[in-house]
Amino acid sequence: MDELTAVSDRLYEVSYALDTLYFLLMGALVMWMAAGFTMLEAGLVRAKNTAEILTKNVGLYSISCIMYMLCGYSVMYPADPAGSVFASVGNLFAGAVGAADHSAADVLASGGGIYYSALSDFFFQVVFVATAMSIVSGAVAERMKLWSFFLFAIVLTGFIYPVQGFWKWGGGWLDQLGFQDYAGSGVVHLCGASAALAGVLLLGPRKGKYGPRGQVQAIPGCNLPLATLGTIILWLGWFGFNGGSELRMSSIGSANNVALVFVNTNMAAAGGLVAALLLARTWFGKADLTMTLNGALAGLVAITAEPLNPSPLGATLIGGVGGLLVVASIITIDKHRIDDPVGAISVHGVAGIWGLLAVLLSNGDARWWVQLVGIASIFAWVFTLSLAFWFLIRLAVGLRVDEEHEYEGVDLHECGLEAYPEFTIAE
Amino acid sequence: MKLITAIIKPFKLDDVREAIADVGVKGITVTEVKGFGRQRGHTELYRGAEYVVDFLPKARIELAVAEDIAERVIEAIVEAARTGKIGDGKIFVTELEQAIRIRTGETGPAAV
Repeated sequence: MDELTAVSDRLYEVSYALDTLYFLLMGALVMWMAAGFTMLEAGLVRAKNTAEILTKNVGLYSISCIMYMLCGYSVMYPADPAGSVFASVGNLFAGAVGAADHSAADVLASGGGIYYSALSDFFFQVVFVATAMSIVSGAVAERMKLWSFFLFAIVLTGFIYPVQGFWKWGGGWLDQLGFQDYAGSGVVHLCGASAALAGVLLLGPRKGKYGPRGQVQAIPGCNLPLATLGTIILWLGWFGFNGGSELRMSSIGSANNVALVFVNTNMAAAGGLVAALLLARTWFGKADLTMTLNGALAGLVAITAEPLNPSPLGATLIGGVGGLLVVASIITIDKHRIDDPVGAISVHGVAGIWGLLAVLLSNGDARWWVQLVGIASIFAWVFTLSLAFWFLIRLAVGLRVDEEHEYEGVDLHECGLEAYPEFTIAE
Repeated sequence: MKLITAIIKPFKLDDVREAIADVGVKGITVTEVKGFGRQRGHTELYRGAEYVVDFLPKARIELAVAEDIAERVIEAIVEAARTGKIGDGKIFVTELEQAIRIRTGETGPAAV
């Protein structure tokens, strides 16, 4: 009998280790999405604003991590042991290891109920909040003050995001209502897009983006190879984003689920890309590359709310509709003089809403009105709070750089250097 | 002496260089320039919005030559740079008062 217990304990330990390892690896993949956002945005802005967007991206990632540790995680998961330890100032430098996590005795006594390290969960969650914040940076690119952006990053990642995250993933009222959002089409992507929209509305368009009669003028990005690389990095990172959200790997059922999520995530991106490419070719007469890239991302955002139930063909179609919507949305948003240099509001907001509704196609537990309530409440919360904080920041320090600085490029004035010192000529 | 300034299509630069070397030109100065003429610009497309590129890239070559080969050099440039399509460029010829080779102090045709 003792031998049997010893063997079963070993099995629990191994599966705990496996699930923890899987969580950490998926989290690291999601962290790599920071590289994707950074490269995508660096490619879609003008050369004179490249160094600033790079600074912004590495800065926001790090601020997100710190804020989420300090308060975000405990707001989002009030009952979690990792949260309370991070919030306590008592053991800043000693005793944090182990105290924050499950003891071997607890894990074995739980009989499989506790199956991954609490800190691995913290790590997996922290990279999600950074993703939400990354969405904002592209939309406000080329004209916002760097430090105003960082101020907002503190508020979004420490408070606005965790509250609505708690509603769903922390077991709050949206979760109890039955709102379905597997990996965060709403909690992460719609959240980021809503904050971005609020910022863009208060910030105004880049100078020269709209002509005197309202005509849309192109401001081509400086480096399309980087934009393409960034998209492909995001595509890779998304396997962690969705694949990790299964939260478990150590049984045949969950391993199969993870595999299906990987396949569906990939198919949705492919569907979105092809759909956007075909629509752009039909509509504009040319294979518009940056629209095509946005199509892949829209496919990924669309499948994020439910990557587990659809068949691969279904996922391709859900992604494909996302790809069509994103092209139409970018054109429509531009017509309304809302200047979003990288299409973040369309990719993460419009495709995110579509993804949350597409859950109804494959998930029997989803109810249409609950999905609508989820969409409306996430948008209302994030948009209203963001608008208020953007407005306060504008009152306090201003949101927008000087007209002259915008013309010369924010690189020089915010960072004191140029990304490509030997080539840049102010337009 | 003549100063010959030619604005040509950039991809014809190598052909022109070879052609003028054949008629005895020993050196040229090349600049990448932009401008417009009858060819005007063209439209490009970015995220569904068309925009006009007004100034097209061209290569400008400048060369100083002795009086006696000037005609042949001009013919060589015309021959080498011509595609027959709009935008082939132009050649401007001006009188050149003096030329000095800095290293040796030579002047006149000996310096070009």
